[in-house]
Amino acid sequence: MADNGNRRPDPDKGGSFKDLFAPVAGFGVTFATMFRKVQTEEYPEQKRPTQLRFHGRHQLNRHPDGLEKCVGCELCAWACPADAILVEGANNDDAAGERFSPGERYGRVYQINYLRCIFCGLCIEACPTRALTMTNEYELADDNRADLIFTKDQLLAPVLSGMLPAPHPMVEGMDERDYYLGKVTGATPAQQEWVERHDGDTTVDEPDTLPVEHQEAGQHAGEGRP
Amino acid sequence: MGIEEKLPAGFLLTTVEKVAGYMRKSSVWPATFGLACCAIEMMAVGTPDYDIARFGMERFSATPRQADLMIVAGRVSQKMAPVVRQVYDQMPEPKWVISMGVCASSGGMFNNYAIVQGVDHVIPVDIYLPGCPPRPEMLLNAILELHQHIQDSKLGVNRVEAARAAERAALEATPTHQMKGLLA
Repeated sequence: MADNGNRRPDPDKGGSFKDLFAPVAGFGVTFATMFRKVQTEEYPEQKRPTQLRFHGRHQLNRHPDGLEKCVGCELCAWACPADAILVEGANNDDAAGERFSPGERYGRVYQINYLRCIFCGLCIEACPTRALTMTNEYELADDNRADLIFTKDQLLAPVLSGMLPAPHPMVEGMDERDYYLGKVTGATPAQQEWVERHDGDTTVDEPDTLPVEHQEAGQHAGEGRP
Repeated sequence: MGIEEKLPAGFLLTTVEKVAGYMRKSSVWPATFGLACCAIEMMAVGTPDYDIARFGMERFSATPRQADLMIVAGRVSQKMAPVVRQVYDQMPEPKWVISMGVCASSGGMFNNYAIVQGVDHVIPVDIYLPGCPPRPEMLLNAILELHQHIQDSKLGVNRVEAARAAERAALEATPTHQMKGLLA
């Protein structure tokens, strides 16, 4: 052939060294990644904390003396776009020893269906007493529908130190308004004595210096407002 | 299915159950199947950030015939319901279903004529997962619940016994379409 003698080397081609590593050059990123820090969240062992305002499971808060904040007004149920909340109110009755919240009414039945709830937080906005807040807990999967309807005993905030589980009378000399003004800081000896007389198995610790609200969860801004 | 069908109930069968359960739960292949926004979170679980491959599940099967797990991710419309059922029927036994998100689990906020009020009207569901949509950790939590479920599953005569007990319980329970209140 005519052009046999003057063939020039291909300008795109590298040296023989480059040719040797050409088949594995594409793995450069792969090999380099082996020495980088792993970004994967090792979920069940190491949980990455959620944002503080993450909308998780609900919680029904308590006053510092242990009385419930929920007054059974059903505004949360009305606000719910998915009809996930069921509330039935009832009257507090001091004479019968059934006082669950300061004031006139309390939530007797409180259920949230977590297979309807879309965690939008409209119920939290609707609640006039900040009784309902959301925690950051999100592990809710279950194997049947009935267990995912949370009832009041599952939703109620834990009884912290200084609190007495309801029912018990209000702090003596205080009315409903004083509870919301933050004048109540914990259960009094008279309340403790009342509970012991009716249950006999409840003790109360020294009241904390902590403010009113449940501290570990429900950290929505403005939660402390009455 | 195999040798476990011939085994007598007892120590040998429970040992086989434990080994088989461990094998099954370690590589559950989900079907590539998403219906709505929950599917986006399901895809997020496949990313390196959450890495579903840690559970041997990175292979989202493009055909239901090679899938073990159906993650119903999103709202099931009346028109989609027969398709969901067909995909489920095409999966080989043993198969499991996670109902991901409130729409698939109960209709969620879409309580209307267009949406099936819970995919369990169409196919049996093993794990219900709340959330709208559930965050990836919630799906991983549901998968871990399912692993427990698979580990505890029975074989051979024990499976027959468990199926009979489940059927007895189902016959006594209120049918889903007759349920009232929050379960409706």
